[in-house]
Amino acid sequence: MTSATSRQAPGESPRPGPRPKPAPPSGAPIRVTGAQSLVRSLEAVGCEIVFGIPGGTILPAYDPLLDSTKVRHVLVRHEQGAGHAATGYAQATGKVGVCMATSGPGATNLVTPLADANMDSVPVVAITGQQSRPLIGTDAFQEADICGITMPITKHNVLVTDPAEIPRAIAEAFHLASTGRPGPVLVDIPKDVLQEMTTFSWPPELRLPGYRPTTRPHGKQVREAAKLIAAAKKPVLYVGGGVIKANANAELLALAESTGIPVVTTLMAKGAFPDSHPQHMGMPGMHGSVGAVAAMQQADLLVALGARFDDRVTGQLSSFAPNAQVVHADIDPAEISKNRRADVPIVGDCKEIITELVDAIKVEVEHSGKTVDLAPWWGYLNGLKETYPLGYDEPVDGTLSPQYVIERIGQLVGPDALYTAGVGQHQMWAAQFIKYENPRTWINSGGLGTMGYAVPAAMGAKAGAPDKQVWAIDGDGCFQMTNQELATCAIEGLPIKVAVINNGNLGMVRQWQNLFYEGRYSQTDLGTHKHRIPDFKLLGEAMGCAGLRAESREEVDAVIRQAMEINDRPVVIDFVVGKDAQVWPMVAAGTGNSEIMAARGIRPLFDEDL
Amino acid sequence: MTRHTLSVLVEDKPGVLARVAGLFSRRGFNIESLAVGRTEYPDISRMTIVVSVDELPLEQVTKQLNKLINVIKIVELEPTASVQRQLLLVKVRADATVRSQVLETVQLFRAKVVDVSPEAVTVEATGTSDKLDALLRMLEPYGLREIVQSGMVAIGRGARSITATAVR
Repeated sequence: MTSATSRQAPGESPRPGPRPKPAPPSGAPIRVTGAQSLVRSLEAVGCEIVFGIPGGTILPAYDPLLDSTKVRHVLVRHEQGAGHAATGYAQATGKVGVCMATSGPGATNLVTPLADANMDSVPVVAITGQQSRPLIGTDAFQEADICGITMPITKHNVLVTDPAEIPRAIAEAFHLASTGRPGPVLVDIPKDVLQEMTTFSWPPELRLPGYRPTTRPHGKQVREAAKLIAAAKKPVLYVGGGVIKANANAELLALAESTGIPVVTTLMAKGAFPDSHPQHMGMPGMHGSVGAVAAMQQADLLVALGARFDDRVTGQLSSFAPNAQVVHADIDPAEISKNRRADVPIVGDCKEIITELVDAIKVEVEHSGKTVDLAPWWGYLNGLKETYPLGYDEPVDGTLSPQYVIERIGQLVGPDALYTAGVGQHQMWAAQFIKYENPRTWINSGGLGTMGYAVPAAMGAKAGAPDKQVWAIDGDGCFQMTNQELATCAIEGLPIKVAVINNGNLGMVRQWQNLFYEGRYSQTDLGTHKHRIPDFKLLGEAMGCAGLRAESREEVDAVIRQAMEINDRPVVIDFVVGKDAQVWPMVAAGTGNSEIMAARGIRPLFDEDL
Repeated sequence: MTRHTLSVLVEDKPGVLARVAGLFSRRGFNIESLAVGRTEYPDISRMTIVVSVDELPLEQVTKQLNKLINVIKIVELEPTASVQRQLLLVKVRADATVRSQVLETVQLFRAKVVDVSPEAVTVEATGTSDKLDALLRMLEPYGLREIVQSGMVAIGRGARSITATAVR
């Protein structure tokens, strides 16, 4: 995966994402407090918005923030919301998302969103207050070793012990977050460092001797890959989130169309390739389409682009794509051959890699004078597409179908909107039944699987894309984890739409209990149906949102249209749906992908002799 | 599993040791020995890490180490192409009746006595871990009262310097 904002050419001095504008035009050092230096640094580095909550140790930073005309602060209700909002903003815009919290509990509340951003390679900078230097290590009030705590879940973190280092720390944090494989960076600043007088000048010199991401692919490796691609009879382009992060969707389209190779897009890559494109086989993995899963199982060549062979994609690794050679292109060398050995590894930025691949394949085909006819391969794949289309059955008990609700949202709202999701059944249905045509329109928690992601991420996405409709597809379990940010959305003028797919249960867990625990439903009924606690319509209204509800198929379109009309405040729609709907297809955990079930009890038998 | 010796050049910054050690433990690798010290450059420290892993996991852990921002360079030092040394201090029970035998063993291993008391001698020895293990086996019958060992340090043979190429 690669930089969303800037790439560093060899020999060029490293700079953070957006080229920093000197805050004082002369760049001459001026006398300021550490806190002023921090705010000026954020302005200089191009930060437009910070999601956060003040508290004891970060208090000094909030004073100059009051005067900043360039940096908007959004006062959230919980630091987890600030973190996910920063992630949503970053995913929607490609820029660095910023969150801010005080020391101790404020900082530890950022742990989940930082781990989330780390797993999904999202450029986020977290700024935390810390106890004053003399108190560090004494178990002082609201002291937590947040650098120690977040060491394994950030790309990098740093404790700033000298106010003169603040501009460099901020510039380095933005540079690290946004370049190479993006990720979260935490900057911890003690209170007395914020209070002390220092000098500020911009731009600072970056000192990162151990950080040199490779963006230009190796020409020989690209040619090797082109050879395999040109000769493959059953190739598949296995596209991951790195393609979106590298802004390489146009290049991907060119590669796919010039070669005619089928494409699968992972959960993180939805939107990297238009869902409507005839070469799109869908999403691979545990709840992927039969066509996508089968294409990979039967392939003789996988071309992995910005993907990481996650266990949710490969299923049982030993039986994954058994006959395929692998070309693996990624900006992170550690991903290559981590789970599946690559026959041709290519380290670099996906945009550059794909561009060079297109040319190299052309040269290869001209040289050899041979083109492989992919028609038999397509014949097989199109057969699968026809036999096993994505679909769902209407609930036999007459309840509202959750898949229908999500499908209608996608159809009525359309592909120009942004969609976020929590984690669980509704997330999988939102990935399956909403059709994504553009990158950065599908924002979800893929790697960490963070329940409660949808509402705060939608808030951040809306802040980054105010002219777009932003829909949070949420479950009733997820929604109850982070809905406090609706108040933030209402007050800060971030009119998101929240579709609560309310089945009254922790649906995905319930599905597993149904399939693997003989229907013994232990602690998955939230009571939302039985008692209507909480009443999501009233809850939405109490939070300053419009509250709507649909309980039957006939009401669905009307409430969606009604929600689309409301733009002066957020909207919460309580879609009361049946609890027995299940996510299909499914590859049960621990089994091989060839064991995929298209629906309960229906196992496609793949023709091994293809 | 085979034993590998990694020389890791890192920025001399707070927390670097924790970052490196934490990475090994959370990815499930066991560090056999670790030594850190300064280099000829004031802002660069050098870690020598001995780890027992197979070739593929070693590649993965090296790549993960390389991702740490404070890690500048990693070189695997082959035993045949490098000098590897560990320091051992051992307190051996040795009264007048056996002291001369202990001293003989010490001399055989080209170790030296750095402290002596009526009941014990303290022996200092350097070498590869195999040599130090052999010395300890020879001294064991007399009674080993206390053992302390440093981590392994290693340097490549020949004129080339891994630090010089790292800072260029």
